Amino acid sequence: MVTAWLILFAPLAAAIAILLVAIHRPRLASTLAIAGLGTSFAATVWWFLQALHQPMLLPSETSVNWISLPNLTIPFGILLDQLSLLMALVVTGVGSAIFIYSTGYMAGDAAYSRFFGVLSLFAFSMLTIVLSTNWIELFMGWELVGFCSYLLIGHWYAKPSAADAGKKAFMVNRVADFGFLLGILALWAASGATPAERTFHFHTLQLRLPLLAHAGTIAAGTLPVIGVLIFCGPMGKSAQFPLHVWLPDAMEGPTPVSALIHAATMVAAGVYLLCRAFWLFEGVPQVLTLIAWVGGLTAFLSAGLALVENDLKRILAYSTLSQLGYMVMALGLGGRVAGMYHLTTHAFFKALLFLAAGSVIHGTHEQDIHKLGGLWRSMRWTSLLFLIGALALAGFPGLSGFFSKEEILVLAHEHSAPLYWIGTLTAGLTAFYIGRAWCVAFLGHPHADSHSGHGAAHESPPVMLIPLALLALLSLSAGYVGIPRFLGEHAEEFHWGVAIISLIVVGLGLGLAWLIYYRRAISAQQLAHALALPHTLLQHRYYIDDAYTWYVETIQQRLIAGLCAWIERALIIGLFVNGIAWLTQTAGRVLRRLQTGVVQTYALVFLLGILALLSRVFAW
Amino acid sequence: MVSAVLGVPLLVLILLAPMAGALMIALLPEHRPALIRRVAVTAASLSLAGAVYAILTYNTAAGGYQHEVCVPWIHSLGIGFHLGVDGISVVLVLLHALCAFTGVLISYAIPQRVKEYFIFYLTLITGVFGVFLSLDLFFFYFFYEMAVIPMYPLIGVWGSDVKERGVVKFSKEYATMKLTIYLTLGAVVALVGLLWLYVSAGATTFDLVALQQQFAGSPLDPGLQRAIFPLLAIGFGVIAPMWPLHSWSPIGHAAAPSAVSMLHAGVLMKLGSYAIIRLAVGLLPAGAQTWLPWLAVVCVMNIVYGGLVAMAQRDLKLIIGYSSSSHMGYVLLGIACLSPLALNGAVLLMFAHGIMTALAFALVGHLYDQTHTRYLPDLGGLAHQAPFIAGCGVIAAMASSGLPGLANFVAELLVFLGGWVVYPVQMILGVLGVVITAIYMLRLVRGTFFGPSKPVFARVTDATTAFAKLPYLVLIGALLAVGCWPGPLTRIIASATEPFIQQATQQPVRAATLTSTTQPESHSP
Repeated sequence: MVTAWLILFAPLAAAIAILLVAIHRPRLASTLAIAGLGTSFAATVWWFLQALHQPMLLPSETSVNWISLPNLTIPFGILLDQLSLLMALVVTGVGSAIFIYSTGYMAGDAAYSRFFGVLSLFAFSMLTIVLSTNWIELFMGWELVGFCSYLLIGHWYAKPSAADAGKKAFMVNRVADFGFLLGILALWAASGATPAERTFHFHTLQLRLPLLAHAGTIAAGTLPVIGVLIFCGPMGKSAQFPLHVWLPDAMEGPTPVSALIHAATMVAAGVYLLCRAFWLFEGVPQVLTLIAWVGGLTAFLSAGLALVENDLKRILAYSTLSQLGYMVMALGLGGRVAGMYHLTTHAFFKALLFLAAGSVIHGTHEQDIHKLGGLWRSMRWTSLLFLIGALALAGFPGLSGFFSKEEILVLAHEHSAPLYWIGTLTAGLTAFYIGRAWCVAFLGHPHADSHSGHGAAHESPPVMLIPLALLALLSLSAGYVGIPRFLGEHAEEFHWGVAIISLIVVGLGLGLAWLIYYRRAISAQQLAHALALPHTLLQHRYYIDDAYTWYVETIQQRLIAGLCAWIERALIIGLFVNGIAWLTQTAGRVLRRLQTGVVQTYALVFLLGILALLSRVFAW
Repeated sequence: MVSAVLGVPLLVLILLAPMAGALMIALLPEHRPALIRRVAVTAASLSLAGAVYAILTYNTAAGGYQHEVCVPWIHSLGIGFHLGVDGISVVLVLLHALCAFTGVLISYAIPQRVKEYFIFYLTLITGVFGVFLSLDLFFFYFFYEMAVIPMYPLIGVWGSDVKERGVVKFSKEYATMKLTIYLTLGAVVALVGLLWLYVSAGATTFDLVALQQQFAGSPLDPGLQRAIFPLLAIGFGVIAPMWPLHSWSPIGHAAAPSAVSMLHAGVLMKLGSYAIIRLAVGLLPAGAQTWLPWLAVVCVMNIVYGGLVAMAQRDLKLIIGYSSSSHMGYVLLGIACLSPLALNGAVLLMFAHGIMTALAFALVGHLYDQTHTRYLPDLGGLAHQAPFIAGCGVIAAMASSGLPGLANFVAELLVFLGGWVVYPVQMILGVLGVVITAIYMLRLVRGTFFGPSKPVFARVTDATTAFAKLPYLVLIGALLAVGCWPGPLTRIIASATEPFIQQATQQPVRAATLTSTTQPESHSP
């Protein structure tokens, strides 16, 4: 079990070591970080090979008591099963490639050591989610990845947009985690009659909940409510509509961060959670339907946003949203394996796309696709690698993305016609927008006004290209290595009808992109004119960001907080506290008149008193 | 269980080291500030060492009051100098020792009247230790007043006005006057309650343990308990600070010099919640069962309303001040639940919040000394000049927002778990309060540290030497240690809270057996 603990704690040890000894030694910092995650990767591979030889080894669990009180025990441990092992392999494997790439990409950065320190902390936090044995441990990792994401998005904190983006990401996730934490609390409360019986432990809950529900100990409406509350967590972390707004902004972070955290691993944590807790959702079909529709709409709506975006990284971000939508939809349709399969292939090709985009940014200092162009000539390797990623994303036959997307579409075809057509349409949109990005940025002619002051575009160093090549290899081959089989369940049957329709749609998408953006056979401007209404809607991102901004600034800050501040200032301090003080002072001022110290006044009052008495006596 | 260092009982050492320091400083010449500071640090370190020793040697298996010292004083009234710590107070003593030690280090920045400052400061420290250590109501009250009174000169002389771009919003005179009157009035109300309690119990003893035993055997009339409880709860609630009696506290924090704010928000507020646990709930369980549901309503006002007001503030210290009153709401909520888990959480949160808020005020103090402003719109980009301070600031903000790995998360989690079944609505609002905290804390961090570097702050310096970093590192170390490995501390707290709640909820059957192990030394000479 030592190796299991090593998977988790090697990156943490690296993070601590960087903080303590390497904060002013960049070289050492990146070496430590890579060594930490590399160790973790090696340990994961070791376990993976063991598990292939002896499948009985899994699941394997070990833990220590993190809190142990008479009425509450919270363990902290490691659960290794097919699911967590696959995910850990993705996190450490893709992570290692990205760590190595970062040494090139971030070279010369002022806060190089901090970057690698936080990256290592992120790897630890992410692995905590993946390997957790219970809800609290998972929640701790969940919050910590959010914190690391906050730091890494705001890595260049001098830039106001970066600092704001980090804040926004943290806040949106906090709002989502409000529901998530309530869900965890409610689940805990439902898991037993007395505090001592209650538990957070996944496996125990999995066994116990059906029994309790069957016995009627849990009220009928409780589990669906818990399901929806817990789903809030994935909605935030995996950026599902309408909580998706933080992810495009998160592209302010350095590109390796976008690749690792905001494409391959952290944002997939929501999907992973749905797989991990699938036993909970299985029992509540109405929640599953909700999940499927949230996923389907996210897939479609964000693919739409990618159509009109001009920033290369943001196109990829919307694409990530859209693909996460696919995964969530798969889970909602009951396809645990299909969702996990797409998560894995997506991690490969999306990390590849982001790192290739990073290579472009590194070489040109430009990320607007209309200001790029002709990169095919100046950055041959990067262009080729981007193309592999793009085709995998588009679902080009034979590439990894094709297989995993087919699984989801077949699943949708079986269970829900509307979602199947939404998914198919989205596949077409995906092919179109990635085709557009490729044609505009990599083909055509380099723009005269671009790269000014930076010299001509240049190819990136091998330390960046080799990780890219490895990821490209995985993107090409991941469809053939039997990932669904490893997860121990049947893959969906290959369905020729679904495959042919999706091939037609993808071909249409790619072809249209080719015609509009390379051959210029159709004018993009005229197209935008013809479709004015949807075009405006997309350009304003469905006005969702505007609505949030309005809510936060006007309602939340000015109205609610402003009202409370006014109550505090005017009523509590002004009226209540200062009022009492004023009353006391005034009473003093008035009563002071009674004691003037002037003998004549006293004599006068005395005289008046006597007169009053006498008049009363004589009046009788 | 009495342990002694060089013949001085441990708790007496913790209590009197700062007092001895104050007396020594009184005898030192004014023009030797370096020596004065060294004496103060030595005194605070002695107390800290004692507190660490006390918590390391606390026997959770035995539970009850340990390291007891008992010297009878006025026999006819039943007053004795009785010290002792249980699982609750030993943690709070450690909290106070940490805040006092780091506070003295932060006080190095005090430029003028160093001698008088440290005399008052060490007196304040002694008073707070006294409250946590006393097991005699007379001395409890005596030390309570001793902690409150030095605040008046400390804020009035060494404080600063609360200004917005040069316009005085609250003068320091206003702040200190308000604070002192508020706390003294609260103390008087509590005193009435205490005396009533003393008389109703037969006017034979002020000894807390003896009273507990007496009430365990023959509880006070429930009607009487219900009458006395609000006097104690409100009287001590003022300092907690209980809504709507809180308005002295953010302004007081804002006007006080940073080391005083550290103790004030870090520890002084906890005197209120501690007294409510120990005296109000501990001695008047029937009264508690009647009134605590009301407390559960009031403290939600603390949490949500305090948080929303903090959102609208623009002075760094006012933000943290309102945040403190918001977070003390969780402590009160944990008490109101009357469940061992929630009370565990409340005590742990007193510790966590105390450390976190002391850290926050120390940081703001550093920034204010350098920039001469605390007005959020004027600040920005300070991470460029002061990366260490900025890093600590992010950690403090995250601790406050309940990030796992830092102590506050564990504490709030325990409150939520313990209270979920008792007060679900309050818990939902409590979790909402965590979201509100993140809003204003992130805004504070964003506005203070991030953004482009501002030329006006070009000459701001970081904490560079190991000595300057020490107080921050000590506090962060405590937050991390408890946050990553909460097992030991929660076990110590639980050794006191479990029997405490049993006693408070199952009068009087179990109580008699539980207090028998905590028999004090005899009162007759």
